[in-house]
Amino acid sequence: MRFTKNLKKFLMFGALPLSIFFVVLVVPFSQGIYLTFTDWNGFDFNKFVGFDNYVKSFQDETFWSTLQFTGAFVVVSLVLINVVAFGLALIVTTKLRSANIFRTFFFIPNLIGGVVLGVIWQFIFNSALPSISYMYEWPIFQDSWLNETDTAFWALIIVTVWQQSGYMMIIYITGLISIEPDVLEAARIDGASALRTLLSVKIPLMAQAFTISLFLTLRGGFMAYDVNLALTGGGPYRSTELISMHIFQDAFRLGNFDTGQSKAVIMFILVAVAALVQVSVSKRMEVQR
Amino acid sequence: MAKMTFTAKARTSTARTIVWVIGLIVSVAYVLPFVLVLINSFKPKMEILDNPLSLPVEFTWDNFNQALQKMEFFRSLTNSILITTLSVGSLILISSMLAFYLSRTKNKFTKVTFLILVSSMIVPFQALMIPFMAIFAPFVSLNNQAALIFFYMGFGVALSTFLYHGFISNIPTELDEAAALDGASDFTIFWKIIFPMLKPVTATVAIINALWIWNDFLLPVLVLTPETQTLPLSTYLFYGAYATEYGQAMAGLVLAVLPIITFYLILQRQFISGISSGAVK
Repeated sequence: MRFTKNLKKFLMFGALPLSIFFVVLVVPFSQGIYLTFTDWNGFDFNKFVGFDNYVKSFQDETFWSTLQFTGAFVVVSLVLINVVAFGLALIVTTKLRSANIFRTFFFIPNLIGGVVLGVIWQFIFNSALPSISYMYEWPIFQDSWLNETDTAFWALIIVTVWQQSGYMMIIYITGLISIEPDVLEAARIDGASALRTLLSVKIPLMAQAFTISLFLTLRGGFMAYDVNLALTGGGPYRSTELISMHIFQDAFRLGNFDTGQSKAVIMFILVAVAALVQVSVSKRMEVQR
Repeated sequence: MAKMTFTAKARTSTARTIVWVIGLIVSVAYVLPFVLVLINSFKPKMEILDNPLSLPVEFTWDNFNQALQKMEFFRSLTNSILITTLSVGSLILISSMLAFYLSRTKNKFTKVTFLILVSSMIVPFQALMIPFMAIFAPFVSLNNQAALIFFYMGFGVALSTFLYHGFISNIPTELDEAAALDGASDFTIFWKIIFPMLKPVTATVAIINALWIWNDFLLPVLVLTPETQTLPLSTYLFYGAYATEYGQAMAGLVLAVLPIITFYLILQRQFISGISSGAVK
């Protein structure tokens, strides 16, 4: 009786959403892992090849340089996005005139997709900044930053920080305003300076916001594709390809479906391990309230 | 507060002024790229090359006329609106239903299912994109817009269900029980009693998913054809083809960001509160 009632409920509410989830996500994901152990060419496969595809992936030198470039990008963007976002949140939560207008402006880049933002900055780096530099005779922007690997890295970072800091700012604002005013009042009466209050009271009490924001930026850093494509397109000479673009190129441009998919699985493992480590470390730092 | 000395007051007000000035400078820096695009969209090509910072001398709408036509603006705008609203609408329906089922029926199966849904959020699309395209190629060639909406339902259901689940768990079950005693079926309980109470989360779910789907690039680029392309796709292709026609390219970019910024300025409060309640779960 109870079983039939549960089954009826499942069919009425759970069956459709879960089958869509299963077909769209679970099936391709499991099949993707399975296929990395075969000589799959995008259509079918003849035999199992063990770990050959993974060995081949790690023998690919461009993959190693992509991994290094991605690692640097993830670390630098993670630090800068969160520092900037936290700073913006502090500005907006200081009782200021026009705080709401500031918040509106800081959030705007986040509304727009990475491809459109990337293209806007491509114009800025390739055309606007060089011609302004010539006009005022500044040396640093005369050559487009997108022509050299090192400067192109920083161009990617600038655009990514500009795009994502607004979103993380919202998370930090929510954290900052959730702190009870009594606690801050107590700190003030004890004579704590603004900096002391920030470091010893505010940040520990809103550690959950850091956990979430660090998780989102970490995951975002590994998955970054749109800005990469529209800003540098991986150039010069595939030297600024982040891992997503590398996988895309390997599979859909070069037709290496077997190594492409192994690299995709490696990417998944990297994201999962990094995120688990980050979340468990951050959780330990959260104060129980 | 009452006993604040004069110097302390003066110090806080100087500090506030400094913070205000920093805020102002950063705000200007954040919108400057858009301003640059906007002023250049009204200028002919030579004037842009001369000085990208100058205001337009001769105000021309020509760039916009060209861009509207060449990027098939209205067609891609319609496609974007169609795909976003249908995907978000279906996501709201299926996720609220699933969350209701998972939070109201407590057994091993629902527990494990919920855990799988939550952990699936860590899987990057790139990790399954290659077999995904191989599996769904026939469905995509049948009707690529329907396929895309179906895919968004699959990829979005985990986060949306998670958001609804947290909210539904806080609604007392006595409500359901009372309605059941009055003879209401599960179907009626959900649609007549629970679903109307979910409005705040529904707003969050709608905003978070709409932003994602509206701006998504990688999935549409794999799935859609030129006739069905969305705004980010047509902007990217248009810019690629006309990048040297600076004025037109800038006008194209203005057109690309205009709809979403207008929408945001109208519904600003909902956007901010939707995102903050969605992210902090």
